[in-house]
Amino acid sequence: MATRQPMPVSIRGRPRRLRGLMRKEFLQIIRDPSSIAIAFIMPVVLLLLFGYGVSLNAMHVPVAVVLEKPGPDAYGFVARLQGSAYFRPVMMASMQQAQRALMRRRVDGIVCLRSSFARDLTRPGGAGIQLILNGVDANNARLVSGYVQNAWEVWAAQRAAEMGKPAPFSVQIDPRVWFNSEVRSRNFLVPGLIAVIMTLIGALLTALVVAREWERGTMESLLVTPVRLSELLLGKLIPYYVLGMGGMALSVLMAVFLFHVPLRGSVGFLFLASSLFLLAALGMGMLISTVTKNQFVAAQVAIITTFLPAFILSGFIFDISSMPRAIQIITRVLAARYFVSILHTIFLAGDVWSVLWPHALALAVMVVVFLGLTRRKSRKRLD
Amino acid sequence: MPATSAIMPTTSATGLLELKNVSKSFHLGKRRIQALQAVSLTMQSGAVTGLIGPDGAGKTTLMRLVAGLLRHDGGEIYVLGIDVDKDPQSVQSSIGYMPQRFGLYEDLTVQENLDLYADLQGVLPRDRAKRYEELMRMTNLGAFRGRLAGRLSGGMKQKLGLACALVRSPRLILLDEPTVGVDPVSRRELWAIVYRLVENEGVSVLLSTAYLDEAQRCRDVVLMSEGRILHQGPPDSFSQPLAGRTFQMRVPGITRRTLMRELARRPEVVDAIIIGDDVRAVLDRAPEAQKQVKGAFPDAVLEPVAPRFEDAFVDVLRSFKSESTQAPLVHPAAAVATGYTAITKGVGAVAQAGGAVIEVKNLTKKFGSFYAVRDISFSVEPGKIFGLLGANGAGKSTTFRMLCGLLPMSGGMLRVAGYDLRTARAAARSRVGYMSQKFSLYGNLSVMENLRFFSSAYGLTGRNRNRRIDEIVWKFGLGSVADMNSGGLPLGFKQRLALAAALMHKPDILFLDEPTSGVDPLARREFWHRINALADGGVTIMVTTHFMEEAEYCDELAIMAAGRILAMGTPAEIRHNGATPANPNPTMEEAFISLIESSQRKAA
Amino acid sequence: MAAILRILALMIKEFLSLLKDKKSRFVIIVPPLVQLLVFGYAATYDLTRVPYAVYNEDSGGAARDLLADFYGSPYFHRVAVITHQGQIAPLIDNRQALVVVHIQRQFSRNLLSGRPGRVQVIVDGRNSNTAMIALGYVRDILLAFNLHWDADHHVAGPPAQLVTRAWFNPDLLSRWFVVPGIVGLLTLVVTMLVTALSVAREREQGTFDQLLVTPFTPVEILLGKALPGFIIGMAEATVMIIAAVWWFDVPLLGSLLTLYAGTVLFVLAAIGVGLAISAISATMQQGLLGAFLFLVPAIILSGFTTPIANMPKLVQWITLADPLRYFMVILRGVFLQATPLHLLVGQMWPMALISVITLSASTWLFRHRSY
Repeated sequence: MATRQPMPVSIRGRPRRLRGLMRKEFLQIIRDPSSIAIAFIMPVVLLLLFGYGVSLNAMHVPVAVVLEKPGPDAYGFVARLQGSAYFRPVMMASMQQAQRALMRRRVDGIVCLRSSFARDLTRPGGAGIQLILNGVDANNARLVSGYVQNAWEVWAAQRAAEMGKPAPFSVQIDPRVWFNSEVRSRNFLVPGLIAVIMTLIGALLTALVVAREWERGTMESLLVTPVRLSELLLGKLIPYYVLGMGGMALSVLMAVFLFHVPLRGSVGFLFLASSLFLLAALGMGMLISTVTKNQFVAAQVAIITTFLPAFILSGFIFDISSMPRAIQIITRVLAARYFVSILHTIFLAGDVWSVLWPHALALAVMVVVFLGLTRRKSRKRLD
Repeated sequence: MPATSAIMPTTSATGLLELKNVSKSFHLGKRRIQALQAVSLTMQSGAVTGLIGPDGAGKTTLMRLVAGLLRHDGGEIYVLGIDVDKDPQSVQSSIGYMPQRFGLYEDLTVQENLDLYADLQGVLPRDRAKRYEELMRMTNLGAFRGRLAGRLSGGMKQKLGLACALVRSPRLILLDEPTVGVDPVSRRELWAIVYRLVENEGVSVLLSTAYLDEAQRCRDVVLMSEGRILHQGPPDSFSQPLAGRTFQMRVPGITRRTLMRELARRPEVVDAIIIGDDVRAVLDRAPEAQKQVKGAFPDAVLEPVAPRFEDAFVDVLRSFKSESTQAPLVHPAAAVATGYTAITKGVGAVAQAGGAVIEVKNLTKKFGSFYAVRDISFSVEPGKIFGLLGANGAGKSTTFRMLCGLLPMSGGMLRVAGYDLRTARAAARSRVGYMSQKFSLYGNLSVMENLRFFSSAYGLTGRNRNRRIDEIVWKFGLGSVADMNSGGLPLGFKQRLALAAALMHKPDILFLDEPTSGVDPLARREFWHRINALADGGVTIMVTTHFMEEAEYCDELAIMAAGRILAMGTPAEIRHNGATPANPNPTMEEAFISLIESSQRKAA
Repeated sequence: MAAILRILALMIKEFLSLLKDKKSRFVIIVPPLVQLLVFGYAATYDLTRVPYAVYNEDSGGAARDLLADFYGSPYFHRVAVITHQGQIAPLIDNRQALVVVHIQRQFSRNLLSGRPGRVQVIVDGRNSNTAMIALGYVRDILLAFNLHWDADHHVAGPPAQLVTRAWFNPDLLSRWFVVPGIVGLLTLVVTMLVTALSVAREREQGTFDQLLVTPFTPVEILLGKALPGFIIGMAEATVMIIAAVWWFDVPLLGSLLTLYAGTVLFVLAAIGVGLAISAISATMQQGLLGAFLFLVPAIILSGFTTPIANMPKLVQWITLADPLRYFMVILRGVFLQATPLHLLVGQMWPMALISVITLSASTWLFRHRSY
């Protein structure tokens, strides 16, 4: 039997092992186009679809106009409505017809001027303008009501000026909307969408990858090598982090150059916050994957715990401060919530450090918790 | 049986591997399963130690304990002098391990897989080129370095897995069933690599296997069953006690299959299998056994032959079973046979309708520009066993999937029981049973729930159905596991359950795709007894297998390579076909290898 | 008869494999109910206590009266009284105040002398919707103040009064329209969860082949796979409708029959999409990806949070393929508007069409998707 020379072993084991694992993961990513699709194509498609599709700015709202007795005064008011880009007045002959249209959602509201309108204008009590809204979509109804009220105030002021009377409204409002002076809903929806989309990407990229290694038996071979647990986890985390940041960069570019959302804060901090958020999202995916060790359940948990909470509880659309106290506390465990807040501030308000740092810190805590739990829940054993 | 301590080599106290009184149990649902019971073991260095035993014997558990992947309940394990329990990481850093399903990254190339393991094992870059060169020479994978591991054949995958476990040339390497599902040619090559390792590099190997002929290639053999070590020693020490009890037998006028069945029923016969044109029988220890057999078959020709390892294995295990358990692990063939003789109605009809039950003409399957199956034709008569043999990737499974209507064909014609199954109505499919390679059952459903589902799927109802399920449970010995999840069963039970499910509706035609892959020899014997009984009852059976001795059970064989049929005929004809001047009377395996090799030479 | 028994067997098997495993059973039952409760409370556009700050430079009584109106309003919550301009920015930047009411020096004197008094209102526009709603509340308070002032000081008011009434939801409570929406949302998620991975899982484990060689016809497989999803989907929808009515006090004015007609069609369409995704996918990973790629747009573009009318035409066309879009209209119509069945036919048939297309596509794919 030949005498055996022990083979020299590299002393720079750790960096080399990590590099080997990362290279493996990158190669797998390149070979399997679905990861690339998740990281790059998904944000582009979703952002295009939602960036254009999701808007709370109602334009050309169809409103039924019923003039029981047409006349110059009545037309004067209708002209106000017609002049606004917010409305698309539809003249209707009778209240019944208008009500049917409202019921069927053909129109969002009815403006009705009674037959006594012209006569009552000159009386002390004034005339009545009836506005009936379809309250089913309460938010939309409220917006429409605001628009009509606005039109009515402008009409009244103009009419008073024409007749040389004092302004009918003694107190006048002088609104200043900071950060978003045109009140474009896209300016706050697009940054929020980035957070929702990145939540999905983080979970999708990692939720299955660890479970898959267990199911395919590759984990068992990796375990019986000098590789350490932390290296295994980092070897997964870093490639998907790089991939996810690519998707993130793409989303930010689209937000700024395609949707013209102002980016007022520092790009450096945006990078830091995105990194923290992505690490938290990836960490959560890895935790799901590690705990379930089963692709089927991991997939189900990923669907349930990522998208809807990020959509509804993150402050993306529904304001967290209007939620009941208990629900507000629940939202604190959501990474998306902090990221949405950071994105809103950094895009629209700028570097408001007193908002940014605490939220970034919260994200950092979540990163530590998720990765720490993943580390604790993974074993270099099978039982 | 000789005392184990007498044979145990005393020179092996090198601290290579030592187990002292190791035990391990698992919880499966509410049950507690004792996987290992007070196992003590010392391994010789610089040699191959074989770990053999039936499914569920605890071989894999033992390997995993040694590799530090599981924690044992009691006892001590020292690997290379290290206590595994205290420091699993340093054990894992210093040994090589190849699990049953080696985790190759199928979307990485051969070279990339090697690089990954070289990085993980800390092989210095300057040493790599030389090491890769050695590994490539050993495995003959040099030409495939740029190929994705997923595109390799099963045998090549195993060789690559072995190469990955060897990038650093560890002192001890654990191989868990490295030859399962590997064709004979690749199996031979794998063994060549193992021997080379031991001789050139002084590596010690612990290898578990389900192939008993492989046990004979080991220096030291450990036989396990039900978590205990039954015997340890050189292979000869197993077969010696059987000297004078093994015979090759033939009886004029009785087919070998009938003879085997008749022999298996007799109490004085320990084992009976078909070898070539004869039946090989192992007789009881009692001196009058030979006389009793001669009495039962007066015309019998009995030729004494040298005992083999497999004979000893069956002998030891059977006597161990009958002492220790009541589990019906091996059913007397008689009990199995009686159940199926009645199923002849349907078959008769088909047979009358005109000869062949399965007809294949110019069948072709293309995946892109690659021909998985190319222009093959054959036919099978009712009540026959037709075997499809071939190396991994020869196109057997593709052919099967087309026959069962699971895969559309690219060209040609096929008829099963007079129908094209792809377009056939449900009624035609209800005459067919199919058992897939993976023993596909609903893993999260219990055995009973699986049976209930398949019985209803085949349209059994009410009392009929209950009676059929009871019958199946009894016949297949599934009563003790009826309420367990089928996913957690030992492989042998899974296979039995899969066959039970495929037979639920008493089909006329049975498709078996590698039905015995990874299953231990006892379960395999029992399985073939059932299959023979079915064929005797008139069921037509089509089977693929890697076990060449199983090919002998078939009435007719086709050997496939690279999508084509190389040879077809009875087992005797095939053996004759594979004869060479150097080896005029080859075994089935030798004939197979020589046929494949000559076709490869032709292709090259 | 035999076919029915076979389908029944397949259904039992599906139920067992979905519900037998504790983890899987938990995932299907508990999270949707918890999410209904949490989202039902969380998803609201109503601002209850708008945090505002006061910057009053005027010492007159009119300003005091106006601020008293703000102070007394249940919709507003004063967080700070500030004394100089520089304090405004930090309050808004840090999100301590959403609104700053700034009354300038001459306010009371102007009013008393018949000139208009101006009130500057600064709003944090980061969430433009919230900003608009808060501004609306401010306008309401100012309008009420104006009418009072005019009456008290005998000033001629505006020539016409605007009288606003909201039908179907007089207080414009967003919970009334959000909670029925969540019923649709979660029903979709649960049915997708049950169906989108079912065939993919069998494919990956090899049991689907076993199924295909048994006498099952593709239609029987479809029924066996779809019915458990249907039963689970209908059961969850029912629980959520009950919770919407009894827990969240959303009025259910329309007929249950109409509601269920819509629910049945919607669940069928959702199952169809789920099974089609599952039948195309060879692995569970692909199934998961497909489920996400359908769910996310289906929910965001359903009109649940933002009206479809606000979307560009192209996106509106895309939403025509979204069954949730139709179900949203049915849910809200039946709950709040008592919309009769005949007015909802336009929402029913597209869902029926989607189910027919997706269900037949999956049936075809069962046998023809080879890999």
